[in-house]
This record gives sequence, structure tokens and C-alpha cells, in this order.
Amino acid sequence: MYRYDQYDQEIVDARVEEFRDQARRRLAGEMTEDQFKPLRLMNGLYLQLHAYMLRVAVPYGTMSGKQMRMLGHIARKYDKGYGHFTTRQNIQYNWIKLEDAADILADLATVEMHAIQTSGNCIRNISSDQYAGAAADEVADPRPWAELLRQWSTFHPEFTYLPRKFKIAVIASEEDRAAMRLHDIGIELVKRDGKVGAKFFVGGGMGRTPMIAPEIRDFVPEEELISYAEACLRVYNRYGRRDNKYKARIKILVHELGADEYRRQVEEEFAHMKTLGIDPPVAELDRIRAYFADPAYETGLPEAVDRSDPDFALWLDQNVVAHKQPGYAIVNISLKPTGGIPGDASAEQIELIADLTERYSMDEVRVTHAQNIVLPYVKKADLYTLWQQLDEAGLGASNLDLITDMIACPGLDYCSLANARSIPVAQKIAQRFADPQRQRDLGELKLKISGCINACGHHHAGHIGILGVDRKGVENYQLLLGGSGAEDASIGTITGPGFGEDGIVDAIEKVTDLYVSERQEGERFLDTYRRLGMKPFKEAIYG
Amino acid sequence: MILLTGNDLASGDVIWWTGSGWSRHVGEAVDAGSEADAILARESAARNVNAGYSVEAEATASGPLPLHIKERIRASGPTVRTDLAINADIPIVKA
Repeated sequence: MYRYDQYDQEIVDARVEEFRDQARRRLAGEMTEDQFKPLRLMNGLYLQLHAYMLRVAVPYGTMSGKQMRMLGHIARKYDKGYGHFTTRQNIQYNWIKLEDAADILADLATVEMHAIQTSGNCIRNISSDQYAGAAADEVADPRPWAELLRQWSTFHPEFTYLPRKFKIAVIASEEDRAAMRLHDIGIELVKRDGKVGAKFFVGGGMGRTPMIAPEIRDFVPEEELISYAEACLRVYNRYGRRDNKYKARIKILVHELGADEYRRQVEEEFAHMKTLGIDPPVAELDRIRAYFADPAYETGLPEAVDRSDPDFALWLDQNVVAHKQPGYAIVNISLKPTGGIPGDASAEQIELIADLTERYSMDEVRVTHAQNIVLPYVKKADLYTLWQQLDEAGLGASNLDLITDMIACPGLDYCSLANARSIPVAQKIAQRFADPQRQRDLGELKLKISGCINACGHHHAGHIGILGVDRKGVENYQLLLGGSGAEDASIGTITGPGFGEDGIVDAIEKVTDLYVSERQEGERFLDTYRRLGMKPFKEAIYG
Repeated sequence: MILLTGNDLASGDVIWWTGSGWSRHVGEAVDAGSEADAILARESAARNVNAGYSVEAEATASGPLPLHIKERIRASGPTVRTDLAINADIPIVKA
């Protein structure tokens, strides 16, 4: 894992003290809310529906046990005993007091964490593949690239006031586990002539105008990564719409210019950027890469796992993924127990995960964009013991990528932007499909729920998506089918008129029933939908 | 009726204007009527409320109730964590 150098630590510590003074001045009446708001937002502190909300960055979703334990400490000491893991691989706390905020940031700084750039029109937390470094299918570990981009984008003076927020994802395999093409910039590491470079996709995103990012360049050598990224941002910073918030994201610029013209302008800027010498020497990327070297794997470990406990066998089949290293496995911890709140974890659960990270996963843990947790380096011999401890703590749900493994934004229960509640709908769906056998029979089915058009719950990219809207003061839910955030990325289509809270659950059941009756051998829900099209699903729903 | 609401500056808690101060219980809120803007300006300047605004409400047997679901959830607390609710008895969805 990357460790702060002296410079990293100094700038984070300095930011804590700067914010401490800003909060003091606000509390003392030396600043108005209008003056203070942009300052607190730069430190991840929102004012939400019920209280202040703090969003803490988890760079590319990777943490140590010590860092995870700190997240539990904050939940217990400063919040109401829990936190919410987000689709940006971050964590949010819902009940923060302004008078505590600087102390929380100081606590985070002791474990090399912060909340900088988790809000505002800047480059946000860089996200990545939760299996990075452990997956057999990657061309390289994407995290050194993500870390280089993190260092470049942190406090970048030119990109502090972009037209709108900016999200970057880096992956390194053909299988996209990070919704890469739904980011402002999506980077896929690829190999050419034995060299690793970056394929750039620019102009994706969700929100009210969902778009899949077109490919802008098929190969950027690693020594020119920063110049090219800077060129992409410069064209956006210059021509992105600042006059209309709803047209300010880079996806609108790329769409309006057309990918070819945007590419031409980027190439022109890139040619200029290369003359400035801003790229770090390859030695710097090598220095960063050394932090992400493989852990000290043991060899000769047993491959066989005792499956005699049927509940364990279910979990093993659903939540445990093949590792690149013999004798090891990747473990997914589902934060979607039946009746639970997707992405929420109590302080005790977070602290337990921290302990298990240190004991069983070579001191590394990941947050996924699907609001789950990953232990990336677990010996197969430890799986049963690990599962027992997870299950005892309510963390043993065996539903990865099944219909109950839903992404859901906080919705109107917590969010001041939301139009409808997401979580109660997720809970009702989870109850309706609680039977584990039924879930498995339905197979991979990614259901995603947003409480408003901002799409924090990724409803556009759900095989089944749900969008909550406000219809004359009453919550109403639109149903979408056919979206995907994976390598076969697509945007879902609205089925027709919306439903009430119970009606939407019934509609989903009609859709899944049709899938079961019409599917062909080996077809996922998404495959059947793509083969049949909307018509039969619409007939099943509306009669 | 018009209720005034906002957040406590230090704690961030949702608060409601009672006529003489601010309460965390919407049941203690009063109609601010035509004085709403003046009260908000005065109370904001004194830092007794942060990000204050007015909401429409109706008088009910159990006290004032905001008309919009968003404000009723603000007054109540998250409907999925009733253990954390301040005013859990508030009907969220109007009958």
C-alpha cells in the first residue's frame, strides 16, 4: 500500500489546521454561512437533510486495517455508531457536529486519510478495481497509476474550480468492475508491444444525462500519462459550460463537440503539454509502484476447501472469487443483509473487518463501488474461520451480484437533494426475494436504485434500475431495464409510467418472472432482455 | 401555516422556531406568519439558526405537520432508522 511521504503528511496536517481555524471563525460569527460553505465543502463537510455529513476519501478504495479501524472509531466517537460506504468507494458519516469536524480530520490524518476533494467542482477521489493486485486477468496493478493521478490532482491549482465535479476511474482488465466508462475519464491499462499504457475514455457519466464515454485515445505511454490527462482537463476547463450547471459536465462538452473534435483539441493541447515537461520521471512511478508490490505470499498452500457446512458452501460459491496466487482467494463481504441498509456498517462491524483485514488479508481491505467490502489476500485455508466470524457479525450474506446485492443511494431518508426514498424500496425488494434459492436461480442481476435524477445509486447502469421521483409531493418510482456498468456498458430504458412503493416491487417480480420463463441456456437477465427487447417486459408489467 | 426551520450551527441538528427560541421537536413549532423573513434574518444573524428557511405546514391534532414529505422526514428522522428518530410518531406519508 502507498504510504504518505513527508510532503503528503505535511499538506494534510496543514489543511486540518486551516479548517480548524475556519470552523472556529464560523462558530464565532466571524464568517457567514455563505462564506463558510465553500470552505467546508472543500473538506467534504456537507449540510444534509438531518445534520452535517462528512465524506471521507478512500483512495481507489484501498485501506489498511489501521485505517479501517479509524473509520470505526469515528463512527463510534463522533457519529451515531455507523457509517455508509458509497458508490465512489468512500465512506460517509451522517450525524457529524461542526464543532467536532476538525478533530475528526485530525484523527484521519494520523492514519494518512482525509476528506479533501470529496466535494466541489474538482477532481474527486480516483476509483479503481476492487480486485486490483489480486485478479488474474489484469495487465498490471492499476493502483500505482491511480496513486500518481491522486498526487497530480490533489490541490492542482488549475483544476480547483472546474465547470463541474470530475471523476476518474482506472482499471487494468477487460472485465470492468469499476463502471469505468461511466466516469468523466475512464482509463483502461492495456499492453502494446510488451509495454503497459493507458486507453482513455472521456465523457461518460450518469446523472440527468447519462452517457457512455467514447474512446479518445487507444494508447498513452505511462511516461506521458499526466500530460495527456492534463490535456483532457484543459480542454474541458476552457470550454466546459459554466453558465448552466446541468450542462457543465465534460460528457456534455464531448457530446456537443463530438468525440473526433474533442480528440483533436486534446491532441493539440497534448502536443503543447509535452513541451512543458510536467510528467514525473518514470522513476517516480516506479517508486510508487514499489508500494504496491505483491505481498509476501506463502507457497505450497492447500487448494481444497472443506464444503461440508452448507451455509458456508453457499457463501463460498457466491462471494469468494479466484485469486491470481495459488492457495489464496478474494473474499467479498456483502453489506446487503436482508432487511439491512445497503452500504451501512456499524462501528463494531467496521472494527471487526479491520481485525480480520490484519489477521487474514495481509493488512489490506477494499471498498467496492457496489457498496461492499473486499478482503483481497485470504488463504483458502482460512476461509471457513473467516466466514464464521463474518456470519456471527451479520456480515455473512451470500448474495454477491444477485438481486438482493443492490446499490442504493441514501435517498430521501438522508439526502437533501433526493425526491424519494431509496432504502425502504431496497428493503422491500430484499424481503420479496429473500429466498436464497430463488436469488441463485435468477443469477447475476444488478439492481440499482437512485432517489433522484442525480443517479448516485447508478440506476441508469442497473440491469434493473429504479429512479425515485416526486410526483406532486408523492414518491413515485420509475423502472428501467437493460443498463450495465460493466465492459458491456449500456444505459437502461424506462419501461413506462411509474409506480408507488409497493407497485415497484410487484413490477420487478413480473419482470423477473418473465425472464425465468423466457431465458435460454446460460442467459443472464440482461442477456434475455437484450435478446427480447423491451416489448414483452412492458406487456408483462402493464398488461 | 408557515414554520421556520434550519439547523443548529454547532451540532447540525434540525431545529424549529417556537416563537421564543428553537426546538428539535416540530410539535413545539409555531406559525411564523408574515414575520417569517424578519425572524429568519434576525435569528440567522445571531447564529441561533443556520441555513434557515420557511416551510408550509398544516395544523393537526398532534401539532403542526409540514406538508411536504421531505420536511416531514426532516422533522422525524430517517424512516429506516426509527431508533434514531426525534419525532418518530410523525406520519411520513399523508393519509
